Amino acid sequence: MASVTHSFMKLFRGSSTVPGQGARPVSMTQRLTRRSSGLGAVSRTLQSEEPICVLDIGSTSAANIRYLTERGHKIYSEDLLEASTDPSLITKDEQGQMILDSRRFLADNLVYPPAQFDIVLCWNLADYMHESLVKPVVARLWSTIKPGGMLLAFFHTHEAGPDAPCYRYHIVDNDILEMQHVQARRDLRKGPTGALHTSIEKSFRLQRVFNNRHVENLFRDFGSIKFFLTRDNIREVLVVR
Amino acid sequence: MDTPKTGEFAHIGKSVVIKGELSGSEDLYVDGTVEGTIQLAGNNLVIGPNGHVHADVNAKGVVIQGKLEGNIKASDRAELRKSAVILGDIVTQRIAIEDGAYFKGKVEIQREAAKPNSPPASRPEPPLEARSAAVGGTPVTKQ
Repeated sequence: MASVTHSFMKLFRGSSTVPGQGARPVSMTQRLTRRSSGLGAVSRTLQSEEPICVLDIGSTSAANIRYLTERGHKIYSEDLLEASTDPSLITKDEQGQMILDSRRFLADNLVYPPAQFDIVLCWNLADYMHESLVKPVVARLWSTIKPGGMLLAFFHTHEAGPDAPCYRYHIVDNDILEMQHVQARRDLRKGPTGALHTSIEKSFRLQRVFNNRHVENLFRDFGSIKFFLTRDNIREVLVVR
Repeated sequence: MDTPKTGEFAHIGKSVVIKGELSGSEDLYVDGTVEGTIQLAGNNLVIGPNGHVHADVNAKGVVIQGKLEGNIKASDRAELRKSAVILGDIVTQRIAIEDGAYFKGKVEIQREAAKPNSPPASRPEPPLEARSAAVGGTPVTKQ
C-alpha cells in the first residue's frame, strides 16, 4: 500500500457565469460551462504526440470521444453509473442487508488488461455510485492504470445538498468542461428496503459526501493525490498511480 | 447517410431473424435480428430502430439507430444515432455520435493512408451533437 506522497490544496479560480442566470433552475438539456484545473493538468498529457489510452467512465460523451480521437488517442468509453443500475446486481450481504454484487459488477465491467490506461476520467462517479461498489471499482481502476498514469475525479463538498444534480462532463477545451444533467436510461430500481435507489426521477441521487480524509483513503494505493478546490462545491482530485 | 427509402437498400424487416454470415455488395437496412457476422465491404449498413444485431460488422459506412453487440469496422464512417446502444469496439475514419447514444467500448480513428497530391488525412467528423450545439449556442451560467 503506497503512502500518499503529495497532498495540497489549490484554490481554483473562476467558473464562468452570466449575470442573472445563477439562481435559475437548470433544465435537463441545458449545459453549464466550468473551468477545470484538474482537466488542465490532465491536458498537458493529452497534448502528447504519442497516442495514449484514455478510459472515460462517465456517460457517453460525443464531445470527449471527438476531443480525444482528434488528438490521435484511443478512447474507451464505459458508463459505470448506468451499468450499476442493473437490477440483477442486487444481493444481500452476511447481515442480510441489500447491497450490489461487486464481483458480478466487475465481471461485466472494467474488464481490461493490467496497466492499460494512461488516463482515467472518473468524473463524479464515486459520489453517485452505490457504496458497495465504490472501493472495488477504485481498486480495479488502480490495476488498469499504468504506473505514472492519472485519474481525474470530482467530489462534492459538504455544502452540496442531497439533491445536487448528477452531471455528465463534456470536454470542450484544455481546461473547459460543459456539464449536462445525466438522465438514467433504466426505470427506477425499487429494492425492498428502498436503500439501493440510486436514480430518482430518471436522474441519479448523491449517495454521500467524501471529506478530504475519505478521498485520501479511497485512493491510498495511488502514489500521489492533488486537490483542486472550486467555487461550485466541487473538489477536483487528480491522483497518479 | 439517412434512413433509406424502400428500394435503395436491401431490407431486413423487424420480424426477420437471421443467424449466420451475412455478406453482400449492396447497401443493407436491418430492422430485424441478426446474429453472426455482416460483411458489406464497400457498402453501407443501417441498423434501424428495431434492429438488434449481435455480430461483428465490416462495412463502408455504418449507421446505428438500434442495438449492436459486436465490433464495427467502418472504412469510411460510423454514425451513432440518439437511440443507439452499442457494446463493442469501433474502428473507423470518421465518427458522429448523437447525444443520448449509449456506447461501451473503444473508439479508434484510423487515419486514411496519405495519397500523393491529396489533402491531409481527414479529422473525425464533428458529432451531430456538436453541430447542433454550434447552431443554438451554449448558455454559460453560474453553477
